[in-house]
Amino acid sequence: MPVDILKEKFTGAVQEVVLGATKEEGGTRAYTVKLGGSSTLPFLQFEGAIPNRPVIAYEIWDIKPEWHESFEEYYGDVWHDPVAWAKKAEELGADVIYLHLKGADPELENSKKADDCAKTVKAILENTGAPLIVEGPGHPDKDNEVLQAVAEAAAGENIAIGVAEKDNYRSIAAAAMMGKHCIIGRSPVDINILKQLNIMITEMGVAPEKIINDPMSSGLGYGIEYSYSIMERARWGALIGDKMMAFPIICLAGPEAWRAKESYAPLEDAGPGWGEQKPRGIMWEAMTAAALLQAGGDLVLMRHPEAAKLIKKHIEDLMKPNTY
Amino acid sequence: MAFYMIGERINGMFKDIGEAVAKFDPKPIQEWAIKQAEAGAAYIDINVGPTAADRVKSMRWMCEVVTEVTDVPIALDSTNYDAIEAGLEVCKPGALINSCPAERPKIERVFPMAKKYGAKIIGLTMDKSGIPKSADMRVGFAMELVAAADEFGLSPDDLFIDPLILPCNVAQDHAPEVLEALRQIKMLSDPPPHTTLGLSNVSQGTPFRPLINRIYCVMAMTCGLDSAIMDVTDDELVDAIATADMLLNNAIYCDSYAKVFRNR
Repeated sequence: MPVDILKEKFTGAVQEVVLGATKEEGGTRAYTVKLGGSSTLPFLQFEGAIPNRPVIAYEIWDIKPEWHESFEEYYGDVWHDPVAWAKKAEELGADVIYLHLKGADPELENSKKADDCAKTVKAILENTGAPLIVEGPGHPDKDNEVLQAVAEAAAGENIAIGVAEKDNYRSIAAAAMMGKHCIIGRSPVDINILKQLNIMITEMGVAPEKIINDPMSSGLGYGIEYSYSIMERARWGALIGDKMMAFPIICLAGPEAWRAKESYAPLEDAGPGWGEQKPRGIMWEAMTAAALLQAGGDLVLMRHPEAAKLIKKHIEDLMKPNTY
Repeated sequence: MAFYMIGERINGMFKDIGEAVAKFDPKPIQEWAIKQAEAGAAYIDINVGPTAADRVKSMRWMCEVVTEVTDVPIALDSTNYDAIEAGLEVCKPGALINSCPAERPKIERVFPMAKKYGAKIIGLTMDKSGIPKSADMRVGFAMELVAAADEFGLSPDDLFIDPLILPCNVAQDHAPEVLEALRQIKMLSDPPPHTTLGLSNVSQGTPFRPLINRIYCVMAMTCGLDSAIMDVTDDELVDAIATADMLLNNAIYCDSYAKVFRNR
């Protein structure tokens, strides 16, 4: 007897957002990537269209980060130089480079100025071909100043800048619009605030194809189920036609995974059955990212190159068409 | 699931519209079309009214002038099916035929016409003998309409069943029957038909019209009402609907939810 597979019929889809601009499009990127566009739940190809595979971004900083020692063998030779680091990330397989301008944090000694940040961004763009995302230092006033300079320096490149939050989005949205860039709106694991932020950004005049959402990821074992349910609900909203919930979602898997003790604790501090730190850290990050992809992530930010490789293979497997 | 507001204001019963129809003056009609579209109407109802000399000609003309100023689909409101067909000829697909009772000859006239023009239908739960009192009778007529949709190749999704509310100061006992009918109509098919009400009817002749309309609409929404022919410029009514729609979990809450509801 033939089995009728129950299929949901949706009326909406996730907004498609293009990141980067090639020479023909007024930029200098070697290629562009498309985020979103799905008209069904994650990886259910039999039910709807999934035109774009989830994208992998590699995290780099503009200063040497205080990361776990196991990153030394991969990035130890480049993390004093963001341009060299960006090139290395690209060699390792990054679809997108995600630059976190931590060095502009006003609480640091020798905090970098907006101009320095703009120069760094320009140099990275001159030496790499991947589309770029730039996150400010995370201090409202400094973010505004830095991101405005960055948006100007990167004019035409269609980068994404962020993060805009409910109480600090106007200047960032204005900077994004001036430079024709994308904007990342973030809410603290709160779907209602995320929707309101999207409305406010849209009301400022930012086009829907320029908006990306970061609903804030949590690490595996540290509240990932909250992130999961919010992303699931947002995707459901998008699919039933809520345009203010339909923006592609980025997930900061790497940074969240490496905040968890399970990823970095050495063997002598490990819980029973945890095993060696090195494979454990990689797996912790990969599992975090895999869960966030299932929740509907359109871009995952990865920190460990080995975890990124695992996720790349995982995405390839999940993107194989499944039909009934 | 969305809530479809059908704007009732372009009706020859209203003095300004009646005069505009008589003089073929498009201005008041177009102004009300724009105003209702801006208020969030999903359909704009057009009724030539009782005084139009030539209902076919007037309906076609009114559809043309409304289509000139808005893309919001039209609900063609007439008991004269030739007038409705004249309107359908100038409307884009997706118009709404208002309405068809559960009477065989009328079904045979209206349902194939809906199929031909890609239109949807408001089906009334009544026949020649009038509006039934009980919920069961209403649901019986609704079943006939749902079966007719299937017979003529329409989806239940193309059907808006109107279980017909009467003024509360005339037939108060109908109000709970309509609520029960709404609950049952939503279980008739999968997907279920849409439901609608001529909302303003419920308060006819009372001095508390907006309040009664608003309260009854929210009560009916909890029973499965997903559309109403109503005054879409009644802000308090629209706020109440937007709030009920959100509390029924049809829309994700945000601080601007009532505004978002109007801008869909």
